[in-house]
Amino acid sequence: MDEAVSAAEQLGGNVWVVKAQIHAGGRGKGGGVKVATSIEQVKQYADAILGMQLVTHQTGPEGKQVKRLYIEEGADIADELYVGALVDREQQKVVLMCSSEGGMDIETVAEETPEKILKIYVDPETGLDRSEAETVCAKIGIPTEAVSQGADFLQGLYQAFVNSDASLAEINPLIVTGDNKVMALDAKFNIDSNALFRQPEIVKYRDLDEEDANEVEASKWDLSYISLDGNIGCLVNGAGLAMATMDIIKLYGGEPANFLDVGGGANKQQVTEAFKIMLANPNVEGILVNIFGGIMQCDVIAEGIVAAAQEVGLSVPLVVRLEGTNVEKGRAILDDSDVKLQTASTMADAAEKIAAAVNG
Amino acid sequence: MSILINKNTRIVTQGITGNTGEFHTRQCLEYANGRECFVAGVTPGKGGQEVLGVPVLDTVAEAKQQYGVNASVIYVPPRFAASAIDEAVDAELDLVICITEGIPVADMIKTRDRMRKMNSKTVLVGPNCPGVITPDEVKIGIMPGYIHKKGNIGVVSRSGTLTYEAVHQLTQLGMGQSTCVGIGGDPVNGMKHKDVLQMFNDDPETEGVVMCGEIGGTDEEDCAAWIKDNMSKPVAAFIAGVTAPPGKRMGHAGAIISGGQGTAQSKIDALEDAGVHVTLNPSEMGSTLKKVMG
Repeated sequence: MDEAVSAAEQLGGNVWVVKAQIHAGGRGKGGGVKVATSIEQVKQYADAILGMQLVTHQTGPEGKQVKRLYIEEGADIADELYVGALVDREQQKVVLMCSSEGGMDIETVAEETPEKILKIYVDPETGLDRSEAETVCAKIGIPTEAVSQGADFLQGLYQAFVNSDASLAEINPLIVTGDNKVMALDAKFNIDSNALFRQPEIVKYRDLDEEDANEVEASKWDLSYISLDGNIGCLVNGAGLAMATMDIIKLYGGEPANFLDVGGGANKQQVTEAFKIMLANPNVEGILVNIFGGIMQCDVIAEGIVAAAQEVGLSVPLVVRLEGTNVEKGRAILDDSDVKLQTASTMADAAEKIAAAVNG
Repeated sequence: MSILINKNTRIVTQGITGNTGEFHTRQCLEYANGRECFVAGVTPGKGGQEVLGVPVLDTVAEAKQQYGVNASVIYVPPRFAASAIDEAVDAELDLVICITEGIPVADMIKTRDRMRKMNSKTVLVGPNCPGVITPDEVKIGIMPGYIHKKGNIGVVSRSGTLTYEAVHQLTQLGMGQSTCVGIGGDPVNGMKHKDVLQMFNDDPETEGVVMCGEIGGTDEEDCAAWIKDNMSKPVAAFIAGVTAPPGKRMGHAGAIISGGQGTAQSKIDALEDAGVHVTLNPSEMGSTLKKVMG
């Protein structure tokens, strides 16, 4: 709190904005952005926001705890605009999206009044065309004398997007002040994780506090894991099959507790770590393993499962469905082991069995 | 008939001297006509060597010139993979299948832009895909060959193991496959569902199609629009990710619901509206098609 107050005092002026810094948008609507007109109010808002569980349309229903604040000088806002850059998958180009409807929740604008979003598709060879940028700036309501400044922002945004290997870069709001100056009040960047190898400066900004501890642990073992709200853990090879497994659990009356893709060539160690991560979730009341062995051999996976179950002292029901290369050998290993588990022949059979075991 | 590849396809493996390239080339050589089809490998700087009895050259152009290759498969590491595609495109091959996962999206944007501006005739499959197989003829990629059976069903999918699941179900039901195409899980790629469906529609040997989609992008919606007006053969579909939360990347770089776009429901609705037989049960991809085809 004291830091917030001293930051405000340092900034000077008589209006400040206290903002929650979390890795999600929609903070204003969720009560994570407040305008203070006195130092006393800065203190009061900082006190309220810091540590709160902020729920926005991008955080999920459980929200995200606010661990950091950003204090900025209040600006004299005449108009709030939105500009963002992202990859258009159909056109296979970067597209700049610009709208007169700045401030909160661009998703709503996209849904309800899509005509208020203007798009510029950028040629990857020649970059953003200056005159096109100026035309769009004028169209979203930037006054004539500030259009050139607005175009600078658009070109800068595009350049930043390219230079940082972003998958999303947005300035929201981009404001026009009472004296016709263009300013960026807030920004959000998502970075293409495939490109992090050439973005060491950005990797330094990684804030593990903002990430799910289980997801971080999983990434250390090259496992792709995402926490969900349900009670049935699932371990699958391949992303598409992993999603399909979540879907079929739900179809048979269960609720998936996670997405977990062990990848194409998982080994015994990875399977063991995957079990540990799933079981670290206190909501997990049962586990479904679904492996389609292609290059990955079912007997190797079966050995991994048995070893993992013994090592972690498995205490919840386990259903295993193996199919593909060396499936007979794999099933025999499971049958001969002391691990308490049920085998299943198809995905449907597996989902039915685990749902029954968990739902009683 | 089949689509994209058959026993007359002549293939170069780009990245054949790497572990992954060598491992999978071995499996492909052992499958059906692999020995006749896989005629060359390329690794820059390693020309003159031999891997698995296959000659290694420095460039794709040399492979084309000396061995008459018309297709390539790429196992090159992600940071070099887009330029490997560029090289195969420059050599004017008919088909490039890029298996590599993890290519930066910006690199793929440049590669695709380049292909468009050159009016390239090269067909790109992938990246981040299992490859393409025409059962009993040739397998180009990382899928397990033995689960396939020659027949009349086309399979197209954005995923790897989910495709194997679909193929396995078909084979168990006695429904063989004409060709199976994995178009990959990346947001910027080559062939789309629609492009593959178009080929299956034109292929006299293909009588029905199983299509596996997933959340993210609007590929399936675009495909649905095309199906509605053009497709004359029955299509069964499954869309993975009904339970996936928005804003989270589900393994594949392209599998993310963002800005309200790319939900499974929107894809399912579009496909059903186009007359596609959509199943919500991934255990019933094969049987759904069988029911329709009688």
